[in-house]
Amino acid sequence: MSYTRRTKDELARRVAQDIYDGAYVNLGIGQPTLVANHLPPGIEVVLHSENGILGMGPAPAQGEEDYDIINAGKQPVTLLPGGVYFHHADSFAMMRGGHLDICVLGAFQVSATGDLANWSTGEPGSIPAVGGAMDLAIGAKQTWVMMDLLTKKGESKVVPQCTYPLTGIGCVKRIYSDLATLECTPEGLRLIDAVQGLSVDELQRLVGLPIAPSPTAPSILPEPQ
Amino acid sequence: MINKISASVAEALNGVRDGATVLIGGFGTAGIPGELIDGLIEQGARELTVVNNNAGNGDTGLAALLKAGRVRKVICSFPRQVDSQVFDALYRSGQLELELVPQGNLAERLRAAGAGIGAFFTPTGFGTELARNADGSEKETRVINGKSYVLEYPILGDVALIKAERGDRWGNLTYRKAARNFGPVMATAAKRTIASVYEIAELGSFDPEAVVTPGIHVSAVVRIPRVATQAGGFKTAA
Repeated sequence: MSYTRRTKDELARRVAQDIYDGAYVNLGIGQPTLVANHLPPGIEVVLHSENGILGMGPAPAQGEEDYDIINAGKQPVTLLPGGVYFHHADSFAMMRGGHLDICVLGAFQVSATGDLANWSTGEPGSIPAVGGAMDLAIGAKQTWVMMDLLTKKGESKVVPQCTYPLTGIGCVKRIYSDLATLECTPEGLRLIDAVQGLSVDELQRLVGLPIAPSPTAPSILPEPQ
Repeated sequence: MINKISASVAEALNGVRDGATVLIGGFGTAGIPGELIDGLIEQGARELTVVNNNAGNGDTGLAALLKAGRVRKVICSFPRQVDSQVFDALYRSGQLELELVPQGNLAERLRAAGAGIGAFFTPTGFGTELARNADGSEKETRVINGKSYVLEYPILGDVALIKAERGDRWGNLTYRKAARNFGPVMATAAKRTIASVYEIAELGSFDPEAVVTPGIHVSAVVRIPRVATQAGGFKTAA
């Protein structure tokens, strides 16, 4: 049976579905920032930015940019009513102290037990840069990863053990990908959902790891034909 | 009488020595004290260790200080940016030492220095390459209540250069929006803190509830002409 990958916007919408009213959320640089565009109407979510903002709003209209208010990717943003500024040590205390409910990050690799590699490919000669990735990964109450399940070469980015340099150990709770949503547990992967037409067998073949069915949410997968 | 207002950037920077550790506020270009960095280039101190979140954008500010060959070592969290070509070239050619620190550890090491903490255990970086010392040895770790931590030491500056919005002659400071970032914590973490401001406030005119950095942490306040912060420091990847 054939299946279609989630587009970047569909994936962002899938992540946004699981964000709840009143959540304090940090959206990482790149693809995770798309999630802000798909938050369900009628809920209030407070976005955190590592450089000292809670209540971060969308990009300003062209010509209204103020470069004293930027996001972690250094792009101009706005402040919503109720939003506040604070210094860097307080901002990272919010992360490390477990005050953020959810953070959504990109990843190069995630292990079945939730180890994350997202800051360096370890390529010789490359200039290392980590920013707030390690603090975010281990700090939030829930760390979610948003990524394509496979590399361009078709290799699974969900792996038995990360080969790229680690960002954090056992810190990822969920993987939202273009093909499936998976939960990382100390016992390994558990299925949350998959795109229409993708069987568990096929998903396990692509990932190369056993994937347990979810005990709570029934699988939306059709029976293998 | 206390009067921390300096007549000029040059006067404020007087006495910065060769080999000094210089904390420089800012995140990307927001909160970067460009005028103080230019003043430091003119002042001429060499062999500096610079602490900043990034490692310079374009050819101005911190990048210009690097280009002038005044810096021996950079301690930062995110050196690699689309316009960090000055840092990139010096680093690749081995002319600049880099200590890469996760951003929250950087902020907390500064906070610890300002707060008189000898060292602290942090979960950030445990089990990663950044839990190693420069010589490759493992940093000290400990399991506390079942969770693993790395021991990190304070970063104490000889001088801090920070950008604030308003200041009075006692050195009380307020900041503008997210340009606050590292300013308040660096102000506490150096033996001498120099703040540039766009406006000098009369003593007593600040709302005492709204002062962000109390003057005890500030050695000199110097007024500079107001200019809007420019775009810069766009990251290429995350």
